[in-house]
Amino acid sequence: MIFALAESIIEPLAEFSRPAIDWHALSPELTLLGVGVLVTVLDILYKERGKQIMLVITGLGFLAALIPIITLAVDGVASEPRILFNGAYVVDGFSLILKAMFLIAGYVVVLLSSQYVADGDYWENEYYGLLSASLLGMLVMTSARDLITIFVALELLSIPIYMLATWNKRNPKGNEAGIKYYLTGVFASGIMLYGMSLIFGASGSTILKDIFSSPDFLRSESSAFVVLGIVFSLSAFAFKVSGFPFHTWAPDTYEGAPTPVTAFLSVASKAAGFVALMQLIVVGFYGREDVYAPLMWFLAAASMTGGNIIALRQKNIVRLMAYSGVAQAGFMLAPLAVVGVSTTSADQGISSIIAYLVIYTAMNLGVFGIILVVARRTRSGDVKSYNGLFSVAPTMAVLMTIFLMSLAGVPPLGGWYAKFSIFRALISANTVSGYVLAGVAAVNTVIALGYYGRLAARMWFEKPAEELEIVGGASEIGSSENAEVENGSDVSVENAYEKQIVGVKQTIKAPFSLGIALGITLIATLLFGIVPGTLTHFTTVSLF
Amino acid sequence: MNQFLDDFGLSIMVFVPLITGLIIMLIPRAKEELIKQLALGSSLATLGWAILLTVRFDIDNASTLQFVVDTDWITAIGSRYIMGIDGLALPLILLTTLIVPLCIIYSFNHWPEPANPKSFLTLILILETGMLGTFVAQDLILFFVFFEVVLLPMYFMIGVWGGQNRRYASLKFFLYTLFGSALMLISFLALYFLADGTAAGLDVVNTFDMRALSDGATGAIARTSQLWIFAGMFLGFGVKVPIFPFHTWLPDAHTEAPTVGSVILAAVLLKLGTYGFVRIAIPILPEAASAWAPVIGVLAVIGIIYGALGCLAQKDLKRLIAFSSVAHMGFVMLGIATLTNIGITAAVFGMVAHGLITGMLFFLAGSIKERYHTLDMSKLGGLLTDAPRMGWVVAFCAMASLGLPGLAGFWGEFPVILASYSPAAILSESMFRTFMVIAAVGTVLAAGYLLWMLQKAAFGTAGGGSVDLTPGATPHNGDGDDHLPKANTAIKDTTKREWIAWAPLLVLILGLGVYPRLVHEVVEPATEKSLEINVGNIKYDCLELSPSSATDCFNEIRNRNG
Repeated sequence: MIFALAESIIEPLAEFSRPAIDWHALSPELTLLGVGVLVTVLDILYKERGKQIMLVITGLGFLAALIPIITLAVDGVASEPRILFNGAYVVDGFSLILKAMFLIAGYVVVLLSSQYVADGDYWENEYYGLLSASLLGMLVMTSARDLITIFVALELLSIPIYMLATWNKRNPKGNEAGIKYYLTGVFASGIMLYGMSLIFGASGSTILKDIFSSPDFLRSESSAFVVLGIVFSLSAFAFKVSGFPFHTWAPDTYEGAPTPVTAFLSVASKAAGFVALMQLIVVGFYGREDVYAPLMWFLAAASMTGGNIIALRQKNIVRLMAYSGVAQAGFMLAPLAVVGVSTTSADQGISSIIAYLVIYTAMNLGVFGIILVVARRTRSGDVKSYNGLFSVAPTMAVLMTIFLMSLAGVPPLGGWYAKFSIFRALISANTVSGYVLAGVAAVNTVIALGYYGRLAARMWFEKPAEELEIVGGASEIGSSENAEVENGSDVSVENAYEKQIVGVKQTIKAPFSLGIALGITLIATLLFGIVPGTLTHFTTVSLF
Repeated sequence: MNQFLDDFGLSIMVFVPLITGLIIMLIPRAKEELIKQLALGSSLATLGWAILLTVRFDIDNASTLQFVVDTDWITAIGSRYIMGIDGLALPLILLTTLIVPLCIIYSFNHWPEPANPKSFLTLILILETGMLGTFVAQDLILFFVFFEVVLLPMYFMIGVWGGQNRRYASLKFFLYTLFGSALMLISFLALYFLADGTAAGLDVVNTFDMRALSDGATGAIARTSQLWIFAGMFLGFGVKVPIFPFHTWLPDAHTEAPTVGSVILAAVLLKLGTYGFVRIAIPILPEAASAWAPVIGVLAVIGIIYGALGCLAQKDLKRLIAFSSVAHMGFVMLGIATLTNIGITAAVFGMVAHGLITGMLFFLAGSIKERYHTLDMSKLGGLLTDAPRMGWVVAFCAMASLGLPGLAGFWGEFPVILASYSPAAILSESMFRTFMVIAAVGTVLAAGYLLWMLQKAAFGTAGGGSVDLTPGATPHNGDGDDHLPKANTAIKDTTKREWIAWAPLLVLILGLGVYPRLVHEVVEPATEKSLEINVGNIKYDCLELSPSSATDCFNEIRNRNG
């Protein structure tokens, strides 16, 4: 009998034939997988000696993964999507631009990390391996058009970040960051799986296109089922993009995680959440705007307003950026509230969100680059440490101002076009809810300027802060160093920075790799603002 | 050469300051002399270029756009790089290109604390590009971008070089303006999506092109939508003007800004708002404009009276001048609200005159502050004995500001009052005649506060503080302030640098006062065109009909379009 059972299991497996695989379409993911494996293996072989090459291999590997993306683009994927695995995995214009964005963002994060890692006291090569794995998850997400694939991609990109967030393992704040993120993360995943199972029950398929065309899914009798399914699966991503009121993990995690990881979290991880939201809503749930539109409307309005108002009160730069990120997420959620009006507005909504994501990634990484540079000197995350930055480090102050004002949406910097495209998508729908949401967004643009402007004012209008005695970690940037110095467990840091200061006294020079990162983000921020055509050329994509 | 001017003239004029600013950024701070000469040279070159364009400008066709450039910019959203100038923009462009070099001359070797001429000049030059761009843009999005570019440099100028309360003032300025412009952007987008001129035989669907939009493409938009769209623009432009309830940023910004900042703010920045009304809001949405005109009129006269009363309550000279701006801009807005050719032409004249006169007054306030180290009017006085030439310049400007006939200020106020007597037929005559009476009272109040100011600042002797003012009393020096009851020899009269910076403005104040046709001739045809409602080739005179038949007239346009 056991044999019979075994046979019944094996028999279908024996009949299993591998579906045709389009290797070319999968090559970016495969390249990245190779990089991750290579880094991990080299780590085991070389241990400490591998220090110098890891960074180079990871960085070059991320750039190498861009090559197949370019060849795919030249191949005309944008007009003829490659459909794999019965539609569960699609490589089209939408996924290509986002994959390119993720890879470049990943490269910039590697550049940002190098100095931070070198400045730290202990070396952990798995940092780059985990980064590659997470990035792979994001690449998969851009092509996932199937509930299961989306889930796999989500876990693949999240789990490495749970670990990266706790990278400062000897620091209680680092542990808090990781644990908070992990617990809320798995909770959200659980809810999402429940929602997905309900949707599968209602529609009989996990492939988004089939869900969309399933008559049962669209029928109103199945509403309780479907409403729960949609709300649950979307809420999980609202958590991922740190939309209000699912944002509570973000400030603590941002503060406790290493700053480069925070940068990665705040752009790439958030972007991955938006990618999933766009695919779910526009491909899968498109017929049910009665359910998702109000949800997205509420999330967008609440995130913008809530995030902005709380950000006004923040004293720590990283926490400030966390709440600013909540508010920015609100802007990106807004078009999802009106995509259901017509296919044109869906296309416009998608394009505007992608444009926003790309520009937001550039400017936010820029801000974190400056935070890293300044924190190297001040060892502080207190906003006061930015006082008088202009008089001691004019270049840094000018760059930070450009990034901040871009985040605020002041033309002709990139952020204005991002905001503009959101307004445009909202108004093109020509519905009352669209106009009202645009009004809410307009008011929020002004509130946001309040804190961005105040930070800029600190750098330009104030005198540099006096050297201060450090009072028990009150002014941590969220890195381990402060705690370690206090514990006395580590002396190298203490020697390197003889005295902790809250404020910059001498001029600051960015290390080479950080300089390159800042250069890339600056060029993107300026270029996309002055000549948005360079970006819209790629972001004009459709999911239909 | 002519072809070159036609094609690139405007772009060069707009971007030369910006490019110079960027070059200055790259020059090390130590080479201060080079930086200053470069900045002055480029702003003078811009002025020269603007004069060259003016010479080439066809005044007989002042109502048509000239030097038009029209190329792709952001194709994905249908926004184009369109520039051009007509009679409305030309005077303001000349004003801008004139004020900037004068400001640089005024601050030469004389930088407000904390010096740093490199950054200061870079900001002024970026500012100039923003201002000029706003006046020449003929595409709503291009206009918006330039309109906003102005904000950042001004924010930093107030915040870095400003007075005691500069952080508060600069942020307030920034937040107020951004609030208005965010809503304005929504209005622009709504126009883009709703404007449709296909039925009227116009090939304009979804466009940001101001020329096409003011050519009747908006006729089909439902009245309610038009009113809302106008409301958004009203907030955007109104905050900048500033119209009465949105004016509170102005006194703070003016008072805290460095002298040159105040001058640019008063002379040019405020005009961006009124220019927006004349260039965009009214020609594109005439129907909504006629519905909103009474509201604008009411707020304008409130501004006139409130501004004047505000002036009388001030202790600080600069704050007084700032409040007088609120009153003067009230006149400009009232002129615009009449929707008549006379009214709007006077409004444009008023913009130029206010730019020259109030710019001058802020220069003077700066120089007075430098000499007396205070702007508190209870401590000022005796300028006419201490520095007689400067005292007379103050008197001259005060007279110009109160609207003395023969000086520029007069032509910005008197015709406005005249126009309110007979506003466009679509508007209520009795209502505007009431406005007229109130505005006339405003001119009396203006004379009151300006003469009061003159008396405080220029007549008598410097008082206050520890100085005993009784004649013959022994002056005893308190805390280093050695104002004597007699002519104070420590006070220097107008310096050569100041004369160079002021002379052109003084000459123009007198010149335009004696010969206002210089401006009228270019502005009037353009104003007339901005009030015409042309749909395709057919002209509608809705604004000149009584309210009831005007509704029919607008409905006719709508039917034609839809």
